[in-house]
Amino acid sequence: MGMYSDKVMEHFKNPHNVGEIKDADGIGEVGNPICGDIMKIYIKVKDGKIIDCKFKTFGCGAAIATSSMITEMVKGKGIDEALKISNKAVAEALGGLPPIKMHCSNLAADGLSKAIEDYKQKSKKK
Amino acid sequence: MKRIYMDHAATTSTDVEVVKAMEPYFSLKYGNPNSIHSFGQEAREAVEEAREKIAHLIGANPSEIVFTAGGTEADNYAIKGIAWANQKKGNHIITSKIEHHAVLHSCQFLEKQGFRVTYLPVDKYGLIDPEDVKKAITDKTILVTIMHANNEIGTIEPIKEISKVVKKAGVYFHIDSVQTVGHIPIDVNDLGVDMLSMSGHKFYGPNGVGALYLRKGTRIVNLIDGGAQEKNRRAGTENVAGIVGLGKAAELAEERLTQGKEKKIVRLRDKLIKGIIDKIENVRLNGHPTKRLPGNANFCFEFIEGESMLLSLDMEGVAASSGSACTSGSLTASHILLAIGLPPEIAHGSLRLTLGKDNTEEEIDYVIDILPGIIEKLRALSPFKGNWEGLN
Repeated sequence: MGMYSDKVMEHFKNPHNVGEIKDADGIGEVGNPICGDIMKIYIKVKDGKIIDCKFKTFGCGAAIATSSMITEMVKGKGIDEALKISNKAVAEALGGLPPIKMHCSNLAADGLSKAIEDYKQKSKKK
Repeated sequence: MKRIYMDHAATTSTDVEVVKAMEPYFSLKYGNPNSIHSFGQEAREAVEEAREKIAHLIGANPSEIVFTAGGTEADNYAIKGIAWANQKKGNHIITSKIEHHAVLHSCQFLEKQGFRVTYLPVDKYGLIDPEDVKKAITDKTILVTIMHANNEIGTIEPIKEISKVVKKAGVYFHIDSVQTVGHIPIDVNDLGVDMLSMSGHKFYGPNGVGALYLRKGTRIVNLIDGGAQEKNRRAGTENVAGIVGLGKAAELAEERLTQGKEKKIVRLRDKLIKGIIDKIENVRLNGHPTKRLPGNANFCFEFIEGESMLLSLDMEGVAASSGSACTSGSLTASHILLAIGLPPEIAHGSLRLTLGKDNTEEEIDYVIDILPGIIEKLRALSPFKGNWEGLN
């Protein structure tokens, strides 16, 4: 289409790690129906490391591609290291996004942060 | 890969016959129609011939056709021109919530200048109630501007019925006919309108040219000032080739309408609608089931978003459109889909397929064949399954 980079289209066509994790250690949800993007990020944590990450996304090409990309970026990373991943870094890993998408659809890192927060809350309770 | 074009409401191809008619007016018959010499006069003749064809298509007098640079300019001219020329009579304009931005933004501009604008609601099909128009008219109302048919959901408005109440009140009536001219029969006297906007590239004419039908005696001021072209109504040297193309497009459209060719498009549209509704769950048709443009099919597929549908269809060679935020060029879903009462999450899942004269039965079958798979694949990515549970 030319609007998105090849990398974005690759992730859009064949998104990685789609799905839910039934016994997830943390779940993060971002976005809202008004702007039309809702992402749910699931993580599984072991010994302070993210061993699995999956997503479900309602949204445009950029929303799907960034979700797919972040699940790849975080696997095997320690949770503190994973928290450092920014939305901008996800966009860069995808070879950039159209300017209008940088704000509305580039939320995957926020979704991951929420999942990690959720994990931290849950582990406190234990 | 074979490509299938189903975005005719955005633009149509320029008919090869139109291009052929335009061709001499670039490098051979390039005179300025305002010049006295033979070069000028052959261009003048071509412009006037085009004016006749356009007038004939909509049942107008040729002197009532003013050429513009497109539908947007025609809308701006009608709305601002009437407002500025009739300020002494009043400052109130009536329009609807589902107009094209060319109309909505012109009205908003006038609001900043002190005019008052009423934006009428529509029902779930996108229909305006003539009774609402009647109720909105005050002694300060100078203009009612309503679209003939909606560009997104295809609903055709009850213009004749609206005209009755507008005319009774002695108010000017403009219709934006960009989506209807050349596609359904139009007679300005039968409809009872004072102004009508049209655009060449929406009915197989060239881009960058349109016209405003301006009923004789209408009190209006100019939008574009300069030379005396178009009988002092629209300055600027005429776009001769474009105007010739618009004229040819009008002639060809009239031929098609006389032969009832739009019936084929209606049949394909209904087949497409039925095929999609029958094969896919959680889908709704937007717009009126029968009072709709021959080529327009517009759906909302729940739990998925429009742009991702467009990307997926494009990968299969099908060109379509959507009213999602991403594709409406703003941060919210289409104002039209919201105005017919759809919640934002559903409005984001809209898909518009608009057929043209050259679409074939095979193309319809192809789309009906591939769309269920696309929807299914995208729904597998969605956090919503069969309901909107969990939506904040």
